[in-house]
Amino acid sequence: MTKSNSDHIKIVETPTITDTKQPNRRQAIKTLAATTTLAAVASTTPLFGRYGQAQSAEPIKIGFQVHRTGIGAAYGRWYNRTTEAAVKKINDEGGINGREVQIVAEDDGTDPKRGAEVVEKLATQHGCDIAFGTLFSHVVIGSAPRAGELKIPYFVVSEGHHVASGMLNRYTLQPGITDVKSQVQAMAPFVNSTLGKKVTMIYPDFAFGHDHRDYFSAAVEAQGGKVVAKIAIPPTESSFTKYFPKIPRDTEVIYHVMVGPAVLTFVKEMGEFFGNSRPEIFGFIDSLEAVDLASPGLEFLEGTYFWEGNPRYAQANQSDFDKAYRAAVGVDKNGASISDSKDVSTYAHMFGCWETLHIVKAGMEASGYAGAGDRAKLIEAVEAMNSMPHSYANPQGAKEFNGKTHQTFGHQYITRVENGRLVLAHTTSIADTYYPDEVDYTTQSF
Amino acid sequence: MSEIRKSWGLHTGVVALLLALNFILPDYHHGNLARVMVLACYAMGYNMLFGYTGLLSLGHALFFAAGMYGMSLTVQHLGWSAGPAIIVGLASGLAMSLVVGILSLRTAGVAFMIVTLMFAQAGYLAALYFGEYTRGDEGFVIQKAARQIGGIDLSDPMSRYLAALVLFAVCLFITLRVVQTGFGRVLVAIRENEERTRMLGYDVHLHKLLAILLSGTMSAAAGAAYGLLFGYAGATFASVQYSIFPLLWVLLGGAGTVLGPFVGTLFMFYLIDLSSDISTAYMLIAGLTLVLLTLFAPQGLVGELRRRTLRWLP
Repeated sequence: MTKSNSDHIKIVETPTITDTKQPNRRQAIKTLAATTTLAAVASTTPLFGRYGQAQSAEPIKIGFQVHRTGIGAAYGRWYNRTTEAAVKKINDEGGINGREVQIVAEDDGTDPKRGAEVVEKLATQHGCDIAFGTLFSHVVIGSAPRAGELKIPYFVVSEGHHVASGMLNRYTLQPGITDVKSQVQAMAPFVNSTLGKKVTMIYPDFAFGHDHRDYFSAAVEAQGGKVVAKIAIPPTESSFTKYFPKIPRDTEVIYHVMVGPAVLTFVKEMGEFFGNSRPEIFGFIDSLEAVDLASPGLEFLEGTYFWEGNPRYAQANQSDFDKAYRAAVGVDKNGASISDSKDVSTYAHMFGCWETLHIVKAGMEASGYAGAGDRAKLIEAVEAMNSMPHSYANPQGAKEFNGKTHQTFGHQYITRVENGRLVLAHTTSIADTYYPDEVDYTTQSF
Repeated sequence: MSEIRKSWGLHTGVVALLLALNFILPDYHHGNLARVMVLACYAMGYNMLFGYTGLLSLGHALFFAAGMYGMSLTVQHLGWSAGPAIIVGLASGLAMSLVVGILSLRTAGVAFMIVTLMFAQAGYLAALYFGEYTRGDEGFVIQKAARQIGGIDLSDPMSRYLAALVLFAVCLFITLRVVQTGFGRVLVAIRENEERTRMLGYDVHLHKLLAILLSGTMSAAAGAAYGLLFGYAGATFASVQYSIFPLLWVLLGGAGTVLGPFVGTLFMFYLIDLSSDISTAYMLIAGLTLVLLTLFAPQGLVGELRRRTLRWLP
């Protein structure tokens, strides 16, 4: 009961009141109102006790910034399913600190302006304890400043390098999915040693593609290989035939990453260009997430390789953790929904929601999280984490979290298309994904 | 009371009301009203060209982005402080509108729409192409330390709201003043009958160019302020949807009315926000509402008010 009362007081002392260093009239009015309320409630002790109990039993609200519409909608649909499955599991196991977990989902339209508004809504109107779940980088970068100003922990599942680059703030963390820099550089040893040393890169001519260009070029040259051509495709392009003649004849490997619906045309036209004699081909699965590999035009991908954050198809060495996670989310052994085999998941990324929510749970329990006043303690608890073993909570694999950069590191998977299925060909070590720290968020004050 | 005094009284009252709201609004609405006021400045800029001059641009995101990037790139790469950076943002918008104005005014009607759309698309692609500096579609954060003017921290909720209100008031009163002057009346005359205005001896081309300059610079001011107050600049704000937004806001609020852009921006924000609380199919609710509004209030909310009762509304 004593704990309940203290919980109550923490909740009444909202961050807006306690965290403000320079009082102003509006906040003074709020402080007065809060104090009056507290005094009125405290004057009736039995009521105070009952209210305190109710407060401690209140659910933990996790604000879910979901791409329900816009370019990220396919990802958003599966992020939503994974999140709901993770919350169900956590609640079935007793919730967090004995409290039920509740998801408050808001669509951000995959737009940075609306994203910032949604974070604001989750924090100030819904009273969420944390914000969570954003994927697209521009929405994360557009929203993170508001999260920092509102002092709400913002757990993103984006794979962007923006967190570890130091661009954001102490309130933004990415503990459940690796970032593009570590993913890309971890591919270089395999590409060089197994596929070939002369690489032509084909990538979209915007920030995501530029990240691939820069990180992979550096990594492949460090391995003794060479990028013989860098072919940037403008984002408005709908046909690619004019770019293929630019591929040097001595190319041993084509590295492609094409985000967007044009990927089907890209693959089809690449197949028509090369015919039966093609170099080795390696790509990132991002463009083909939620796309059935049996789609017409994708036959040319047979025998090519892909990066996958988590293998879509259940592999021969499938772990019990993956089996249980797959069943909980409702994904079959081919990576599609168990209720609709045409509804293909975004399996390479969506595990990040599952793992992030389990890390939030671990962080809240380690910090004794009771309410918004403990947000800083929650962040410190997560920052203190490091090794995360392969488990049901981390079904993608073991992780090493770097509390200074707020970024996790983990195994990457390379699969090969065999008979229309993605079959595991190589698993990188976690060490392959490391790079020097670029920021130490722990030096920033709350 | 004369119509002019009524107009000034009403608009001063609106600004005073917004100032009063600063002290009483809950956090969520307080933050969003600040955002709406900044975006309303963008809509007011658009309204100057579309609502008063009759030139329908489909490329105003170019001016908004010019202000945003003019301000943010100087902060990010040259280390300038916010004050001078805003001046650069305004100058970028002015220069961009001068170039676009000179070239696009060689066309009219549908061709003007297409030319402005193409200019904006070129601007958007340029922002992606120079990703080394702009970080393209991802954009970049304007750090809190850089978001200060004269020791005032613009990331603080109250400072942000008041800064947005100052910008809003300046744009509102500039618009009000302009539409009351001879210059503003000539713009309306051009909208109503361009040939007749020319025949009366007015330099139509010059007036249109000045309208574009005013409109583009006001839009750029909104873009620079948005980046500074909310700490982010990105190519999304240069994309075509951000050229369509001000058109939508102005049509909803009332084209050719001083308060219409603000009312339209506010209405659209809360339409999306409240309908998303009702259903995940909130776009359907918003869409139906817009269809109904177009059917029953074709002149927009303020325009309809003016048509039905307050005929003196500017």
